[in-house]
Amino acid sequence: MEEMTFGTMIAVAEEMFGRGLFWAMVAVSAIVTLAYIYVLIRDRSVNWRKFLLAQLSMPVGAVAAVVFVQAVTDSSLRDIGGPIDVILLLGIALVGAIGLAIVVYTAQSLIRGKSSVKDGVR
Amino acid sequence: MMDRRQFMTLASLAGAGALANPQVAGARVTPIATQARIVIVGAGAAGTALANRLVQRLDGAKITIIDPRREHLYQPGLSLVAAGLKPAGYVVSSTADWLPSGVTLIPDAVAAVDPETRKVSTTGGQSVDYDFLVLAPGLVLDHDAIEGFSLDMVGTNGIGALYAGPNYAARTWTAAAAFTETGGKGVFTRPATEMKCAGAPLKHTFLIDDIARRAGNSGKTEIVYAAHNDALFSVPIVSEKVRMLFADRGFATAYSHVLKSVDAEKKIATFTTPNGEQEMDYDYLHVIPPQRAPEFIRQSGLSWADRWTDQGWVEVDMHSLRHRRYPDIFALGDVAGVPKGKTAASVKFQVPVVEDHLVALIDGREGSASYAGYTSCPMITAIGRAMLVEFDYDNNLVPSFPGVIAPLEELWITWLMKSVALKATYNAMLRGRA
Ligand SMILES: Cc1cc2nc3c(=O)[nH]c(=O)nc-3n(C[C@H](O)[C@H](O)[C@H](O)COP(=O)(O)OP(=O)(O)OC[C@H]3O[C@@H](n4cnc5c(N)ncnc54)[C@H](O)[C@@H]3O)c2cc1C
Repeated sequence: MEEMTFGTMIAVAEEMFGRGLFWAMVAVSAIVTLAYIYVLIRDRSVNWRKFLLAQLSMPVGAVAAVVFVQAVTDSSLRDIGGPIDVILLLGIALVGAIGLAIVVYTAQSLIRGKSSVKDGVR
Repeated sequence: MMDRRQFMTLASLAGAGALANPQVAGARVTPIATQARIVIVGAGAAGTALANRLVQRLDGAKITIIDPRREHLYQPGLSLVAAGLKPAGYVVSSTADWLPSGVTLIPDAVAAVDPETRKVSTTGGQSVDYDFLVLAPGLVLDHDAIEGFSLDMVGTNGIGALYAGPNYAARTWTAAAAFTETGGKGVFTRPATEMKCAGAPLKHTFLIDDIARRAGNSGKTEIVYAAHNDALFSVPIVSEKVRMLFADRGFATAYSHVLKSVDAEKKIATFTTPNGEQEMDYDYLHVIPPQRAPEFIRQSGLSWADRWTDQGWVEVDMHSLRHRRYPDIFALGDVAGVPKGKTAASVKFQVPVVEDHLVALIDGREGSASYAGYTSCPMITAIGRAMLVEFDYDNNLVPSFPGVIAPLEELWITWLMKSVALKATYNAMLRGRA
């Protein structure tokens, strides 16, 4: 492509999802990220029990992300044709895994955060 | 849709984006004040993209765009419609919705251009004067050139013609789908003229075969590809790759076979070949007709006199896209008489060149941008795989992602680009943002 500038990428992404949906998605991921940073700062450390559950959700997130991308693009694992495809697949899985883990961790902390601090679990 | 990784990258950059005004790709420059009258013929991929960019660059210019068609067609989607992967509506939007405010749309067809008096006249009897003229009326599909064929046959009796438009592409799928189930002999053709997206006949062949294969019917189908000359693609290295893929899939190739006539009753196609006329029976026939410049281009004396004489493409300099005899006329997109470049991807590279020269002219300078023939074709080889073939005038491969996305390899990532990112990129281009 001629000019792969940041502005072009934003323009393409807006066309892909529609302007409203795209910026709503950006907002949601920003909010989740901020909430995650918030609970980390509030609790001052990673709560390992919550982290365990978050870790357990990672394979689910990984598979879900891959299945989602394949479903919207009429494709399947047999279409993997070269190294870049494997990297892309792993990348999608990784993002799904980390994304869901952050969501699960943050949700637990926000919902049950105070009680576990009181329990002295930390 | 983009994958989530790209999405996350974007999401993480979004903070920076809010600061870095994501307005228009490229630098924002002060618009040039002018009273110039600019007429653009055709509001397809090229005309629309140029109009959206010119309004950013010029202040006070009177820009008129003339196009009789209410619907805008995203033509690269036709291949997907004709394989049952997208509905006909996927390619259709409204012409007026893409145009910027401040541009006048005349919903009429151009009937003639008088380059001496600088006047354009329409079939509805309007006459529009110009200082600068941009010709972007695409091309004409000459279905009548194929004896015995008419568009109402499409979708019945095993006849497909996906170039003809969204509804014909959907009907093509009806005929092709029947072939993938019942089997028989599928004959896939292409014209001997220049054509838009020369990869599309190949894509259709690969897709229909893949669908039959998935249905477990590859044993019942015989695929014949009729090439118009002795190659499968104009770029030799790509042609060789396609030849190997054809061998892998078990396709037969009939070289130097140009479709001349169809007998739909008897299901016989007749081809012009170096050894005279040859008949071929078929169960499914895909027709892509000869392609030419619109009649008014030729009638107005704007075509090359000594090249493509049966096709009439506009006589422009291949690097500046400026008319060789009338310096205030440019041609963009499919109608331009250049050796390569009848794709939307080429339009994306051509539009900034014409923009540069036009704005420079208005500003009393000479433009410097040059079009090197960039053409791209995401060559689908199966549902889920494609090759990102990009090349220039010199038949060099010019990959956008060298070392990352191999141009001659059937990849999933390339399919993802074709099926999810291409339309978004096309739309961004229409808006002048890509
Ligand atoms: C089946 C198929 C698959 C394709 N696949 C790809 C692909 O994968 N990648 C890719 O990059 N490209 C692809 N293309 C090619 C791409 O769509 C075209 O190259 C591109 O649309 C050309 O843009 P254009 O503006 O020159 O013509 P068009 O987009 O066709 O627009 C021309 C406009 O001019 C108007 N017009 C015509 N005559 C007149 C007149 N007399 N007066 C006024 N207006 C007039 C028409 O109504 C139309 O709106 C494909 C094309 C087809 C058919």
